[in-house]
Amino acid sequence: MQRFVEEEYDVLVVGAGHAGCEAALAAARLGLETIMFTVSVDSIALMPCNPNIGGSSKGHLVREIDALGGEMGKNIDKTFIQSKMLNASKGPAVHSLRAQADKKDYSQEMRTTLENTEHLTIRQAEVAELLVEDGRITGAKTASGATYHAKAVILCTGTYLKARCIYGEVSNPTGPNGLQAANYLTDSLKKLGVEMYRFKTGTPARVDKRSIDFSKMEEQFGDEKIVPFSFSTDPDSIQKEQVSCWLTYTNEHTHEIIRDNIDRSPLFSGMIEGTGPRYCPSIEDKVMKFADKNRHQVFIEPEGLYTNEMYLGGMSSSLPEDVQYAMYRTVPGLENVKIVRNAYAIEYDCINPRQLLPTLEFKEIKGLFSAGQFNGSSGYEEAAAQGIIAGINASMEILGKEQIIIDRSEGYIGVLIDDLVTKENHEPYRMMTSRAEYRLLLRQDNADLRLTPIGYQVGLVSKETYDKVEKKRQLIEEEIKRLSEIPIGANRTVQEFLEKHNSSELKTGSNLAELIRRPELTYEMVAELDQDRKELPDDVINQVNINIKYEGYITRQLKQVEQFKKLEQRKLKADFDYAQVHGMRKEAIQKLNLYKPLSIGQASRISGVSPADISVLLVYLEQMRGHQGGKIEK
Amino acid sequence: MFLSDTIAAISTGMTNSGIGIVRICGSEALNVADKVFRSIKGTKKVSEMKSHTIHYGKIEDEGKMIDEVLLMVMRAPNTYTREDTVEINCHGGIVVVKKVLETVLKHGARLADPGEFTKRAFLNGRIDLSQAEAVIDVINAKNEYALASSISQLKGVVSDKVVRIREQIMDQIAYIEAALDDPEHMSLEHYSEELQTKLQGIQRELQEIIDSSENGRIVYEGINTVILGKPNAGKSSFLNALMGEERAIVTDVEGTTRDTLEEHILIHGISLNLIDTAGIRETEDKVEQIGVEKAMQCAKSADLIIFVIDSSRKMDENDRNILELIKEKKTILLYNKCDLNPAVSLEEIQDITSAPVVKISAKYGDGVETFEKTLKKMFFDGKLDMNDQVFLTNARQKNDMIRARESIKMVEEGIEQGMSEDFFTIDLMNAYEALGMVIGESVEDDLVDTIFQKFCMGK
Repeated sequence: MQRFVEEEYDVLVVGAGHAGCEAALAAARLGLETIMFTVSVDSIALMPCNPNIGGSSKGHLVREIDALGGEMGKNIDKTFIQSKMLNASKGPAVHSLRAQADKKDYSQEMRTTLENTEHLTIRQAEVAELLVEDGRITGAKTASGATYHAKAVILCTGTYLKARCIYGEVSNPTGPNGLQAANYLTDSLKKLGVEMYRFKTGTPARVDKRSIDFSKMEEQFGDEKIVPFSFSTDPDSIQKEQVSCWLTYTNEHTHEIIRDNIDRSPLFSGMIEGTGPRYCPSIEDKVMKFADKNRHQVFIEPEGLYTNEMYLGGMSSSLPEDVQYAMYRTVPGLENVKIVRNAYAIEYDCINPRQLLPTLEFKEIKGLFSAGQFNGSSGYEEAAAQGIIAGINASMEILGKEQIIIDRSEGYIGVLIDDLVTKENHEPYRMMTSRAEYRLLLRQDNADLRLTPIGYQVGLVSKETYDKVEKKRQLIEEEIKRLSEIPIGANRTVQEFLEKHNSSELKTGSNLAELIRRPELTYEMVAELDQDRKELPDDVINQVNINIKYEGYITRQLKQVEQFKKLEQRKLKADFDYAQVHGMRKEAIQKLNLYKPLSIGQASRISGVSPADISVLLVYLEQMRGHQGGKIEK
Repeated sequence: MFLSDTIAAISTGMTNSGIGIVRICGSEALNVADKVFRSIKGTKKVSEMKSHTIHYGKIEDEGKMIDEVLLMVMRAPNTYTREDTVEINCHGGIVVVKKVLETVLKHGARLADPGEFTKRAFLNGRIDLSQAEAVIDVINAKNEYALASSISQLKGVVSDKVVRIREQIMDQIAYIEAALDDPEHMSLEHYSEELQTKLQGIQRELQEIIDSSENGRIVYEGINTVILGKPNAGKSSFLNALMGEERAIVTDVEGTTRDTLEEHILIHGISLNLIDTAGIRETEDKVEQIGVEKAMQCAKSADLIIFVIDSSRKMDENDRNILELIKEKKTILLYNKCDLNPAVSLEEIQDITSAPVVKISAKYGDGVETFEKTLKKMFFDGKLDMNDQVFLTNARQKNDMIRARESIKMVEEGIEQGMSEDFFTIDLMNAYEALGMVIGESVEDDLVDTIFQKFCMGK
């Protein structure tokens, strides 16, 4: 008789990308025996596309992951080679941190962390089949036939499921970077009734630095003062020499080559079936869709300190190899460029994420969670954000504790997950600050204040860190209160001060907070009118400034959040049949039965469910509460 | 919305019964009332008044007196909805009641959704459970109506303008958001000045719409009135006599008015939406057939029918068909062509109908005055109702237009104060949403779609 390996764990994580790493770390750190599978241990926390972490709204996600007790922020703080705060001249809500990573270093550093985490086992093997009994996950089988029993399974397969890399007429059945694809799991999922989508994304070529003429490009420097991602990183410890990126542009000649060869693109020939993202178009897409633009930006970014490979940001493509050479060489500075790795498009299987609860657990399979590109998102940060939530919730379920849902008013993570599980989405989903309706409250600078309590509550954040954040909160509140109680008379000292700072003179008495609210003044500037000021840390001062300056907008959003919360707190049972609701429109019944929202709030965001339907539902709920003691409400 | 914010509406019908009541409900009801009510000595504050008391005073808007009223204060929970409630009893007739409501809306209340008072009463456990289904039906029916009317009754020009303004606003939002998302690609330098110029234009257009239709009305409100009669009975001539101009084409050929014509006219303060129809008769002509069918349809949904009878011709099958069709309707019969030899007598007509009959000669304009008097009497006797949903639609739309204007104003203020661009989109989005309400469109994923459509995003 043939013998197979058989082992037992609490949590089984499939995949060791950015989602898998956060999920496995969260579970293991919460004390659960965790095993993480990857097709290649050398590819843990691989960055197969752009060499940076953060950016607009993604920087917010990294901060939030950090506040919850995740690893991404710490890891990039250890391995970045350039750092920039984007939108620094704009309002605080859209400041976004972005760092260039040394890819190899990033990957190695994360691997070291994982390898040194207690309760965590790393295993190189392809998971081929999920084991489910009575609607509950019980483990998984590998392609080699080994069985791993587990109380929870977290799928973080990224772009590996039935992956195909394509350029021109070349189609390789591999994952990114020529890594082995995972070819069995899709069938196992389909057998379990999981609905699959096929998405597509792409990456530009990597080229040899020695073949680039940088004199024809604009140099892009990092910030002078580097701000860390992690709240736990001491800013002084990471001030270091940075490398530059370079900016150049395509031109009419480039576009001509693309247009002349467009029939050879697998995207246009129909060879690629998957849906690609609109926000990250290939260069051929840009040229065809925005024909009036006579140039597009190309960012040349280093892949690391100890490699000559450079990333051609903005020029992802699936055109044939010879066309890639021809078009890249039309770009100033790239006339003699040598390609190290071709640009390619990648197609992969992912799920329709509306089969998930906002906890990231499958509605129909208890104990099965999923995160990352497998859920139809894109980006390292989006993946990591879901990873930590899936890791926490799988653990909470095993520990018999309440799972967490970060709502839209608490974090970008909440917006991301709610969008994924509630809205129709037919392309890889990317985070954007404009997707967050309470953006002014969800700033990257206050992610610690927003989410540390949740991280502490689940057990990923230490008491020490939690106390520190609460102390900070207290200092901020006290200082704002103090400032609004310091009367400022319309006397000569004050008027002279105002004149000095080009600020209009006071007509009546005011207080110090009112002065700080003026666009031309700050907390720091009014120091001379504030005798009793005690010394406060920079991050506290920053919060005081922001909270006072934007109080009007912040109060408005807080009011909206209050209303939002009321609907969010009215829970709905996931097994309720909406066809029972008298007077509800057919379309709404179908949608609600399909999505099975967890709250009235979530129900109201489903497209096709109107405010009138929600009214009808509310009336019905009330009726039921009267008659049967809350039949569909939890 | 299904929340406990403060709502207001006219809780009496839209007939011209001297007294009308504006009801305000919700946590801010007393504060809203405080802002518009002045007690006779000017000292009493609504928020300090005892529950279930009545007070005499004035409703004012920015110092301008609107009406003398009795104000009734009822504090939660002993009210219809179990929320704080203020009822304002007005005396000046419909126009004034509406003004009072508009003032209340301007000072912080939101116009109640159809059936909302009842819904709240129910949700707060105030009315019996057996009424739940009735409440649902009300919500459904009224929402359907409100939705239909808000779109169909919007004047075409206004609707087009709103759509255009909305597009302009969305373009600006998308531009800002695209630039914030990809700051190394798109610059917002000097954008504020450009935006300021655009906003001035938008502001002007919004103001024009608000001002344009009389009293700032955006949809036509009034009594939906259909003129019926067999071909060449003089329907169009009557309409012309009423309007005082050649509006409909008038010939002696039967079936000249092939489609319906619509006019809006104010008679003694009563607003009529007049629809002139093709003459109703059995016809083989396809084009005319459509006109006739449309006329029948209009008649079914009309508030008032004016049936024009050609007194120079004998009553025939067509006339009897029409009479049958409208027997449940409020009707005024016009005994037309009284200048010619009658083939049917006035008494004969009066015998077969209970509706008032007015003798006219549309051609010479005789009897129009009598018609107007008859109309006025019907209205003030309460026999005719204005469609209150139309008014509600109107008030809501006006309110939304004003909200949009206010939001744009806030963007302008933000620019002046040197705020950064990301703040502008908050108010621009509010304006966009408010205008969406006017034309019955929700926001959904417009922004993300517009960004990707218009701007080449991403590395």
